[in-house]
Amino acid sequence: MIAPIELSIISVVAFVIPVLFVVVIGNDPRRLIRMSFSVSALASLFSVVAGAMAVAGHNVEQLVLPLGLPTLPFHLRLDQLSGFFIFVVGLLSFFVSVYSVGYVSGLGAGKPVKRLIVFYNIFIAAMFMVCLADDALCFLVAWEVMAAASYFLVMFEDGRSENRRAAYLYMVMAHVGAVLILLSFGVMAGVTTGFEDFSCYTFDAMRAAKFPLKWATVAFLLSFFGFAAKAGVIPFHVWLPEAHPVAPSNVSALMSGVMLKTAIYGIVRITFDIIKVFPWWWGTMVLVLGLVSAVMGVLYALMQHDLKKLLAYHSVENIGIILIGIGLSMIFTSFHLPVMAALALIAGLYHTMNHAMFKGLLFMGAGAVLHATHERNMDEMGGLIHLMPWTSAFFLVGCISISALPPFNGFVSEWLTFQAFLLSPSLPVPLMKLLIPMGAALLALTGALAAACFVKVFGVIFLGNWRGHSQHVVTEAGWSMRAGMSLASLACLCLGVLPAIVINWMDAISESLLKARLVTTSGVYGWMWLTPVDPERASYSGPLVLIGIVAVCAVTYLLLHVKPGNISRVPVWDCGFKKLTPKMQYNAVSFSMPFRRIFGFLFDIKEQIRLVPQHQHPAFPENSQYYLRVRDRFWGWLYKPVIDRVVLLSRKTGMLQHGRIHVYLIYSFVTIIVLLALL
Amino acid sequence: MKALTLIFIEILQAIVVIALAPAFAGWVDVLKCWTQGRTSAGVMQPYRNIAKLFVKDVVIADNASWIFRFTPYLVFGSAVVVGSVVPIISMNLFLAPSADIIVVIAIFATARFFMALAGMDIGTAFGGMGASREMMVASLTEPAILMAIFTVSLAGRSTSLLHIARAFASGALVLRPSIVFAGIAFVLVVIAETGRIPVDNPSTHLELTMIHEAMILEYSGRHLALIEWGAMIRFFLFVTLGIACFLPWGIAVTDNAGDIATSVFLMVIKLGIAGAVLVLIETGLAKMRLFRLTEFLGAAFLMATLGVIAFFILE
Amino acid sequence: MNLQVLAQVNSFLAALVLLTAFAMLSQRKINSLVTLFAWQGLFLSINTAVVGFVASKHHLYISSLLTLSIKVILLPYILHVLVVRLKIRKEVETIVNIPTTMLIGIALVIFSYHLTAPVREMSTLITRSTLAVALATVMIGLLMMITRKHAVTQIIGFLAMENGLFFAATSATYGMPLVVELGVALDVLIAAFIFGIFFFHISTTFDSLSVEQMESLREDN
Repeated sequence: MIAPIELSIISVVAFVIPVLFVVVIGNDPRRLIRMSFSVSALASLFSVVAGAMAVAGHNVEQLVLPLGLPTLPFHLRLDQLSGFFIFVVGLLSFFVSVYSVGYVSGLGAGKPVKRLIVFYNIFIAAMFMVCLADDALCFLVAWEVMAAASYFLVMFEDGRSENRRAAYLYMVMAHVGAVLILLSFGVMAGVTTGFEDFSCYTFDAMRAAKFPLKWATVAFLLSFFGFAAKAGVIPFHVWLPEAHPVAPSNVSALMSGVMLKTAIYGIVRITFDIIKVFPWWWGTMVLVLGLVSAVMGVLYALMQHDLKKLLAYHSVENIGIILIGIGLSMIFTSFHLPVMAALALIAGLYHTMNHAMFKGLLFMGAGAVLHATHERNMDEMGGLIHLMPWTSAFFLVGCISISALPPFNGFVSEWLTFQAFLLSPSLPVPLMKLLIPMGAALLALTGALAAACFVKVFGVIFLGNWRGHSQHVVTEAGWSMRAGMSLASLACLCLGVLPAIVINWMDAISESLLKARLVTTSGVYGWMWLTPVDPERASYSGPLVLIGIVAVCAVTYLLLHVKPGNISRVPVWDCGFKKLTPKMQYNAVSFSMPFRRIFGFLFDIKEQIRLVPQHQHPAFPENSQYYLRVRDRFWGWLYKPVIDRVVLLSRKTGMLQHGRIHVYLIYSFVTIIVLLALL
Repeated sequence: MKALTLIFIEILQAIVVIALAPAFAGWVDVLKCWTQGRTSAGVMQPYRNIAKLFVKDVVIADNASWIFRFTPYLVFGSAVVVGSVVPIISMNLFLAPSADIIVVIAIFATARFFMALAGMDIGTAFGGMGASREMMVASLTEPAILMAIFTVSLAGRSTSLLHIARAFASGALVLRPSIVFAGIAFVLVVIAETGRIPVDNPSTHLELTMIHEAMILEYSGRHLALIEWGAMIRFFLFVTLGIACFLPWGIAVTDNAGDIATSVFLMVIKLGIAGAVLVLIETGLAKMRLFRLTEFLGAAFLMATLGVIAFFILE
Repeated sequence: MNLQVLAQVNSFLAALVLLTAFAMLSQRKINSLVTLFAWQGLFLSINTAVVGFVASKHHLYISSLLTLSIKVILLPYILHVLVVRLKIRKEVETIVNIPTTMLIGIALVIFSYHLTAPVREMSTLITRSTLAVALATVMIGLLMMITRKHAVTQIIGFLAMENGLFFAATSATYGMPLVVELGVALDVLIAAFIFGIFFFHISTTFDSLSVEQMESLREDN
């Protein structure tokens, strides 16, 4: 029997094989794509198995690799938490790899497919390494490899300047984050040894150390904001809506579905596993940032009409929801309420897994649509349900899941989060008792707005009539793309209908981190019912709700079709006027108009209606033009001033540059003299 | 034997819900006619409407997809499923643990999601308009309804409908400001959720104001019948949900036939009164401009939040 | 009647006072504002009587009657006359939109709950939990004065603030001494008269009662 950690290392190594393929059979793109993505899928499956075993296995495995710097080898560790994240990353990578076989083949000639394959595999392997790493060095190396690989993937179509700009922005944000994380590790390792040497760079040493509150706070804030920059927490979200749309869709699926989750992993690892003891305001800060991200993310998403940008903003929203769970868990932990903390943590982690599944699914669906229509603007689409029946069905599953509607998976984690919110009255601080329910209201608002947003997405893209100008022939996605999407849809359904089983499995994580289990309270009714706190308090049975609705629908259908029903198909009634045109349909911009009116103060909106007068008389305009621009306020508030400062500073510094060698020699000379004088 | 009784009660309740919902809708219409000085068509009119629609043929637009045809069944099916978990005639519902109050609201939200999609399916301006407005109203109602639920579950220490109803029915009659606030909020939310004046007007097809009717404009025949019936059940269930949370006294606790009969009788009376209250509100108010709704729903949210605050401050 | 029930009645009336305060915050029509103000006074006066009964402080009955006569009958009447005379019919303009005002109101309630927490810990009075509501009523009155443009609504805000103070006194210490209360009541009454006369003259002279007109007094440089 092979140990999970060995299996996961085999899987990481297996990702090298596709890279070798590029060298060996690079001149036959069809075969290359097919073989390399099959191997990636297989390698991901290994990790899925390893992760599942690690979570279920209740033991921690460690390994030291003779890699890295001399005297600073890489430490690896597979415990329940990393097992869970490896499982999630592996599962989505598997689906996406299956999908990629068809997707990448369809990208067309002239695209740098070889580069895509190389960085795609390095990217996935690096994500696994991030989860496996057990020392600061290995973690940061893996983290940076992941960032660099994804940078090259974002740069996939580097011919366009907007793509280069997006990739650059992503790189800057990733590095700012990485520097903060590096500093945080530095602080923690330093405090452990009293800032003497760097021997305590392993997480084990940090775990053993007791941090004074002051240093713990510094380390937490540094790492939290570092990870937040990667996760796209508002206000560090600006890179997300730029980078996701320009990357190939299979990469966007991975980046949004699982790369953001590595940051969640980092936050959980550092707070719950390494620092362990913390004051309540840390949790409150995480909770507040989570709420802000959730609400603002979904509102920004509602305003978009570029499909992939919209999905990217939804990632901001869902990261927010995950952070709500984690923040609540931190608050409960700091007041020594471990069972409640376990519930909130499980809610957050469950949403992590759910978001990986449905966001991966939605990005894959978006890829299929983009691939078929060559269009990113939703207002140029419509009626695709007739042309792409399978893709539309899978996409619908994703839409229902992300809108937190039963019986799919998004609802389960949101329901668990609500249950965690409802436990807040047991907190000892009166003010928090009053304020935390407001958070639940915001979460409800988020859910409802997400539903509105996905009615818009699905309605505008797949329903109604084709709005576009292009006469492109739209065809259904190929078998491998459909296979990838159907697997993800199935995962969404299973996670939604059978949460009790999944939560029993995940319980090991909360046990290892918080020393508290949910099973003792949730096992009463068996796998059919999910009773996270106590069956008296709350219960939900996914299978029964699903069976009930399906049964009633089926019975009604059969009763109404005892004798063959006749349906006559006719053209839409146009009230006797001129023929209806597709232009008369609601589109993405008009759908979100009520929301723009109500929440408009949060955005920088510029709206203009221009009437183009007829030649004869200005009072009878012939044509009207509508112009709308919605911008993120954070760019102007936070980033613009910083960028301006930096540019100004660089210009000032640039004055040192003269191009004359004598001046440069004087600089060196002065520096030496100053140093000598000081030392 | 025990199991058989439970199944019998469950089926009985489902039948009561399906069969009584149109009568309740009819009762509300009758009261509305009286208050406005018109002659009414009687309590049975909704049954006649549904029966007529079931007989008629279905006419569907050329470009309608399966979503358009599936939605009526889902709307009806989800309403019936919720009908079997809300304690209406008895507190011994074996299906009740499968969905707590949050799940109930979410199941309704699923039905609404599909209804909005069906509105957009044909690709007419009205359908899209209805869908957009419905989702806007829903997104503002949801926080209010959640806060109302929150208050009730704080007081009942559970989100399970049975436990809330039991906790209130067995406790002493006390004047709790939090529950009163939550109750007011719930009434406002019910008005918004079931599309009644001042949020929406179920009895007109006035282009500029309609929300729910705009979405179902293209339906006909048995599809329309199912949607109408589903909407009536939904209305009925929201009212009974309110009764279960705020006035649960009298719902049968035991299994014996006498208790259940009393419980049905009391429920009919409560429903009659609730209908009258709703009609009074509806008649007293005028339809609001769409963007004034934020104030109406803001008031609902405020009430619900005051409920939570009152729970902590005053109790 | 036992104390427990009375305490419940007290907290229920506190809830109603808070409710009327919020209703005033969200009301656009001046006439309804005056009516709401009268209702608030009524709840206040019942509450005072209830507290008087609970604490068996009989002077509270007198201040209850005083509240009833001044705040429920006299002041609303004066305000009503003012509204009729000034021919104010249109809706009140607000500076901040109403949902936002209400959210600020909720924040103020939570804040006053936080502020009164230490008092709640120390006090043993049966009415101590309503102190937060009283403070919130004062703050909401002030908020109303800030967010409304019309001068008449500003007086109503001012009077609502006074209601809050009165309520605070009742719930924190079972009422102020009778002399003080009489004095305050008289002050409020006279203030209302003076406001009324002033407004009448202002509006006949300037054709407007919007306080925004005062901006023109600013010296432009």
